[in-house]
Amino acid sequence: MLNRFIAVYLREILILRRRIKRQILSMSVSPLLYMIAFGYAMGKGARFDGHTYREFLIPGLVAMSSMTQAFAIAVDINVARFYWHIFEEFQAAPVSNTAYVAGEVLAGITRAMLSVVIILIIGLFFNVSLDYGTVAFWLAIALDSFVFASLAVALAMLVKSHADQAMFTSFVITPMAFLGGTFFPVDRLPVWAQKILFFLPLTHTSKAIRSASFGNPVNYSSYLLLAIIGVVFFFGAIHCVNRARD
Amino acid sequence: MIRIERLKKNYGAITALDGIDLHVPAGELFAYLGPNGAGKTTTIRILTGLTRRSAGDAWLNGFHIEKEELKAKKRFGLVMQSINLDQELTVSENLDIHGRLFGMSTSERRRKIDQMLAYVDLIDRKKSLVKQLSGGMKRRLTIARAMVHSPEILFLDEPTVGLDAAIRRRIWALIKEIQKKGTTIFLTTHYIEEAEFLADRVAFLDKGKIVVIDKPRSLMARTGTWAIDQMDKGNMKTVYFRTRQEADAFVTGQKESYTLRRVNLEDSFLSLTGKKVKC
Ligand SMILES: Nc1ncnc2c1ncn2[C@@H]1O[C@H](COP(=O)(O)OP(=O)(O)OP(=O)(O)O)[C@@H](O)[C@H]1O
Ligand SMILES: [Mg+2]
Repeated sequence: MLNRFIAVYLREILILRRRIKRQILSMSVSPLLYMIAFGYAMGKGARFDGHTYREFLIPGLVAMSSMTQAFAIAVDINVARFYWHIFEEFQAAPVSNTAYVAGEVLAGITRAMLSVVIILIIGLFFNVSLDYGTVAFWLAIALDSFVFASLAVALAMLVKSHADQAMFTSFVITPMAFLGGTFFPVDRLPVWAQKILFFLPLTHTSKAIRSASFGNPVNYSSYLLLAIIGVVFFFGAIHCVNRARD
Repeated sequence: MIRIERLKKNYGAITALDGIDLHVPAGELFAYLGPNGAGKTTTIRILTGLTRRSAGDAWLNGFHIEKEELKAKKRFGLVMQSINLDQELTVSENLDIHGRLFGMSTSERRRKIDQMLAYVDLIDRKKSLVKQLSGGMKRRLTIARAMVHSPEILFLDEPTVGLDAAIRRRIWALIKEIQKKGTTIFLTTHYIEEAEFLADRVAFLDKGKIVVIDKPRSLMARTGTWAIDQMDKGNMKTVYFRTRQEADAFVTGQKESYTLRRVNLEDSFLSLTGKKVKC
């Protein structure tokens, strides 16, 4: 079981390693642009929760990118499934669904962690140095990427083509990335909008990550909520692996 | 050993398999022939857990393909019709991941990977990225990969499709050698001479049904020994004969040109189904 889980994970990591330069470059571009563009646009005077805009933005980018990068594992699974047909290697091997899902989810989390480190480094270039040394900070990231990597694997098993996957990304992931407290505080929105956003996992993560990095007390019920959502998606994904057979 | 009972598969309104019954004893090299869309790949996909069956049952070395799925999956190696390797990984990485998926220990993997790469003549390409290999090399690598965990059964879905004659013969020799080690081999092919050369027994599949199963020699003997191809009002017509004398007697006094040749499996297939294997 453990050996098989490692096989699934190791394969993704070997591929990631082979693409590492391109990967780092592409993970840096959009955070860099946001920091430059929004950072200048908001100016030095504007305060958000008592911080400069760039200090406010970095935790938001961390939350957003741990979501999108963990979710991006779905693209790799789709390419392996529909284009290279590598997924057949896993389907025909004596690998339990649990081992397969766990391997892919951990690969998604790994990618997410890599992108977070890149963002923190970019932050340093802009003189943004917050409190990254807490368990609360890293646990929130781990839970965020766990939720979205599990969702990604489940969806990758259900979709019938790569285009379906792209649809989901543009209608669910991208809007959430912009609305879930990444670029502006959710409490500046009308109350009805806040109520809707409360149901998005990313709203909870960006809040948790921001509180942790500002050294404010964190709300552990958000962590519990993320953990529950993550576990539901994870078991959903295990269930969905069988659906990938035609 | 492969045992299939009343196996059926429907894709919506399409019946891909219409009640297959088959027994392939251990160590046999079994060829599964049929025109495009006959259901060859579908049979292999169901046996290997890639596709769900609609009805019927199957066992691999005694393990039911669904009720004892993980046990059944340990028994076989699979070479698919399309090359499904990780192009961005190296030759040995591809095999190593495969070995891990089958729960092999590090030392076992190291030994078998070298052994299999030597076997398919790719040992000096061990560190190459798969995308840098030629088509024939990739094909041989898929066979090596399928053999890394020493399977008792090997499924080969058109293992020589798209390869030149020299490489095809090399792969034939490889398949024969694998069989000599006691591996049961289930092979599908479009190349009739491939089945004729390799198989202990062949099955002709047509529209999801097995038309006939027999030894290649017995099948050919059913049709005859000699064949004469002749043009008849713009159509190729073939006549079969038991003996050379009968054939000679037939051509005496013929004005049209003709070709006299030995009966092959294609003839048997043609006379049994009225169809060519190649489409
Ligand atoms: N995923 C699928 N969805 C719908 N129909 C399918 C699917 N896969 C196969 N079929 C149908 O099932 C039938 C059998 O296909 P199969 O691929 O098993 O044939 P085959 O004998 O392997 O043919 P070939 O020689 O072309 O490889 C065909 O009619 C095909 O169209
Ligand atoms: Mg086929």
